Amino acid sequence: MQTPILQVTGYEKYFALHEQNKLIPSAHQVNLTVHAGQLVALIGPTGAGKSSVLKGIYRTYLPSSGRILYRDAAGHEIDLAQANEHQVLALRRHEIGFVTQFLHCLPRQATLDVVANPLLAVGGGRKEARLRAGELLSAMNLPERLWSVSPATFSGGERQRVNLARGLITRPRLLLLDEPTASLDPATAERVIELIENLKAGGTAVLAIFHHPETTRRLADQVVELAAPPAIEEILKEIA
Amino acid sequence: MNKILEVRNLSRIYGKGCALCIESTGPEADTNLCPHCGSVVAVHDVSFDLFEGEILGVMGESGSGKSTVVKNLYFDQAATSGQAIFYDAARQYDLFSLNSAQQRWLRNHRFGMVYQNPHLGLNFNITAGGNIAERLLMSDLMDYGAIRDRAKTLLARTEVLLSRVDDLPKHFSGGMQQRVQIAKALATQPPLLFLDEVTTGLDLSVQARILDLILEIQQELKTAMVVVTHDLGVIRLLTGRAIVMKYGRVIESGLTDQILEDPQHAYTQRLVASVL
Repeated sequence: MQTPILQVTGYEKYFALHEQNKLIPSAHQVNLTVHAGQLVALIGPTGAGKSSVLKGIYRTYLPSSGRILYRDAAGHEIDLAQANEHQVLALRRHEIGFVTQFLHCLPRQATLDVVANPLLAVGGGRKEARLRAGELLSAMNLPERLWSVSPATFSGGERQRVNLARGLITRPRLLLLDEPTASLDPATAERVIELIENLKAGGTAVLAIFHHPETTRRLADQVVELAAPPAIEEILKEIA
Repeated sequence: MNKILEVRNLSRIYGKGCALCIESTGPEADTNLCPHCGSVVAVHDVSFDLFEGEILGVMGESGSGKSTVVKNLYFDQAATSGQAIFYDAARQYDLFSLNSAQQRWLRNHRFGMVYQNPHLGLNFNITAGGNIAERLLMSDLMDYGAIRDRAKTLLARTEVLLSRVDDLPKHFSGGMQQRVQIAKALATQPPLLFLDEVTTGLDLSVQARILDLILEIQQELKTAMVVVTHDLGVIRLLTGRAIVMKYGRVIESGLTDQILEDPQHAYTQRLVASVL
């Protein structure tokens, strides 16, 4: 078996809310491994910390403990839990993609550019970037008349597709997906599933949370089930 | 990626200062005013790095010292202590040890500044075009025709109507004045740009267009920027990394999305919770 792209051991996340003097557990003792071309799906009840795992890997959250070993394109192993900010930003730009349910973008930018931008940032030409953006948007059934409009006014499902296209365009080595098909109609969801399969075939490692168990069944090579973290008193006892 | 700016232990005290100033001020003391000598510790021990083409946010509320940081770096005010190194291609400049002629040269050629108050960035006695010409002249461009062409190109780029090139800034709207300021700051294509609350006080649609413009310019020219703002929306849209200041100190620094979604310091948590 080849060396994994991502290996998470003992990941934990607590939020220390100073104002309320509270410690909120969000993810507890998460272990998982993702290989190139494989999709690992995170399942578990609400509050089990599924999103918190993805955000910890992407470093939107600062992990409380554990190791997040990522093997980059050059073959170096980096602990994302410890990596410095510029290392993380470079990896986000070149290797690690994250598609969430939310899209933050500027009100004036055309959808086509919103999608093409990540490719420009890694040195693609404007023309080919827009061409590729168009291909992805077509593949996801986003009508061409919307391409020149800002996604600020789009519906949830339309935004989600823009977000996905934006996340897929650079063909990241590691892709984190947080319910990417949640607000799509079945036909569009089907197209998205095809795109994800396509990326996997190209060697992308995917760690995903899916809304529908059916999507998990179809795409996942492996399933990691998370349980809700124990109450903070239990965790503190464990540590002591 | 190369470093363009390295700031170490920057401090700025207004007043004569005393031995107790530092320990009696800051977030713990809940003030920046020294109770012993009455000095204001506006900035203390601020350090950060800025890389080429990067946008760094400096956030905090009024009185946190965030504007003072950029004013020190742009030589509007002298720092009390600390060091800042500006890396410009093969050269490096130790900013606070330069003489005033060298500082002026850097301001005119290699740095740009856009202020919240357009009166600070623009000369209100001369036209929009004249403001840009002034900066081009200071950077050694002397040919009248070339200056006028360049001024027009810059104003067009920042979406100021060309028919208004010869109007005085006081006849412009607030948003338009900011565009002229941005055009002026960019005239010399500086690798480093300071933006101090540039969208504060503008109405929302104008704000959005100015932010768009700044991002477009950043993508085209790869200008490194330090963006000072109390507006978390601006921080989120523009910056990749940010530092949070309170009473002159940096209390938190990190990736922008991390600071907004997983703030560590009690003060940042309050700040973020009060908006989102």
